[in-house]
Amino acid sequence: MPDELQSAFAAALCDPDLPPPAPVRSSGKRRFDVYRNNRAVALIDVLADIFPVVQRLVGEEFFRAAARIFIDTDPPRDPVLLTYGAGFGDFLDDFEPAATVPYLGDVACLEWARRDAYHGPDAHSVTIDTLADFPADRLGQAQLTLLPTLHLLRSRFPVGSIWAGVEGVDMKRGEDVAVLRPDMRVETTVLTPGAYGFLSALQDGAPLGAAAQAAAEDSAEFDLAANLQGVFALGAVIGITDRC
Amino acid sequence: MPDAHPKHPTIPASAGVGLKPVHYETILSERPDIGWFEVHAENYMGAGGPPHRYLEKIRASYPLSIHGVGLSLGGDEPPDPDHMARLCRLVDRYEPGLVSEHLAWSRHDGSFLNDLLPIPYTRERLARLCEHVDRLQSALKRTVAIENPSTYVAFDAEDMSETDFLSTLTQRTGCALLLDVNNVYVSAVNHGWDAASYIAAFPMESVAEIHLAGHAPDTDDFGAPLLIDAHDRAVADPVWRLFNDVLSRTGPRPTLIEWDNDVPDWSVLYDEAVRANALLAEALGTDVKAMSHAG
Ligand SMILES: [Fe+2]
Repeated sequence: MPDELQSAFAAALCDPDLPPPAPVRSSGKRRFDVYRNNRAVALIDVLADIFPVVQRLVGEEFFRAAARIFIDTDPPRDPVLLTYGAGFGDFLDDFEPAATVPYLGDVACLEWARRDAYHGPDAHSVTIDTLADFPADRLGQAQLTLLPTLHLLRSRFPVGSIWAGVEGVDMKRGEDVAVLRPDMRVETTVLTPGAYGFLSALQDGAPLGAAAQAAAEDSAEFDLAANLQGVFALGAVIGITDRC
Repeated sequence: MPDAHPKHPTIPASAGVGLKPVHYETILSERPDIGWFEVHAENYMGAGGPPHRYLEKIRASYPLSIHGVGLSLGGDEPPDPDHMARLCRLVDRYEPGLVSEHLAWSRHDGSFLNDLLPIPYTRERLARLCEHVDRLQSALKRTVAIENPSTYVAFDAEDMSETDFLSTLTQRTGCALLLDVNNVYVSAVNHGWDAASYIAAFPMESVAEIHLAGHAPDTDDFGAPLLIDAHDRAVADPVWRLFNDVLSRTGPRPTLIEWDNDVPDWSVLYDEAVRANALLAEALGTDVKAMSHAG
């Protein structure tokens, strides 16, 4: 049986224009507002915790106003709020008042990736020495399993440099960024040309040979030896299997 | 697999504090003399990362209590089975000495409302709450403690008082109670109840844990005092006095200092625990005295 009291209570909680349901003893507005505020402020604080750079870029007042609209359009469904805020980057992309800061959504996506990597599954990285044990003639068929916390982002803005607070960066130059947590620290790295294509292909399950080909198509500057070194140095690989 | 937490199976009747990430490093390096820690279950339902790494280390040296905030036991729908399963996994992993939840609801129609919302104390609500608590205790295969809320609005047409509601809940389900003394004080001021009478009517034999926290003063539309359960400051003096009154009835019980917002330096939190311990030690003294008189 649907519960009318809780339906009406929940509706009034999320919409300050609705009156509290009748069984709530009428006692002015401020008492019910405590519940409205508790909910909104706590959710805005959750977002402020995940997106400190977005907040720094637009200021606290703008951030909190935007966050309040976000929680109305995309309210949480899960009591585990560690997963809340995944849609904030997409929301900011379409958020008219933020149109003058066109890279804001991409910065939010980077910060979300960091949050997700922080709480993601643990896994042990392997070193490049592991490749030496692999039969050289089958290297093209080697399947590299990547860290479960690896997030790859491609932006038409220098999103990694903006996030890191680098000054005087060329705003017209895009950046590819990898976010991952090899141990307990979340790492954020701006990728060299082709590395995004290489890692994306590996993440999609392509063997080494096919991934190198995809990377070369992604960028003519792609250097396989340097990228293999780089991928292992990042701690992005957790295992190698022969795909035969 | 060997038992991961063979030590500290139960929570001592001394002061503990709510575990906050800003204190992880201090706790591990200083190993403070503190009875136990409590965590919010939902903050440790991520797959991995630093929260679990730190909690494993702290759990190896201290007793732990797990306090759920998301099961919505007072809701119109039964507790979400997936969420209950996550809580079971967390309890299996960390083997806490106490598991607790709230007399409140926070979910409706698939949406999580992120606050501990009040329910009217009617027979119908009580029946539903009992069924939800039964489900939780069967899933966990253990007793849980249910916490009294702090409330800001009242309902018309209730069948019973909060203390009668909680008494009947424990009788029907066998659950324990978590007596939040700050919540008693906040609700008493907000609704014009007499806090001492509330304490006198509370089923003290069921109290497995006590909470102490700070509240923020405000006023309602008519200028009447309205206290907010903010957990953002030190425990107020009237709450300490009420705590002392509770201890004279219960004897020492595990007592938690909750400080969740504007979290202070470890030393400030620790001093609150020291203050609680002094009162707990006195309560132990009175208990012993009372017993020797009786003997
Ligand atoms: Fe509490």
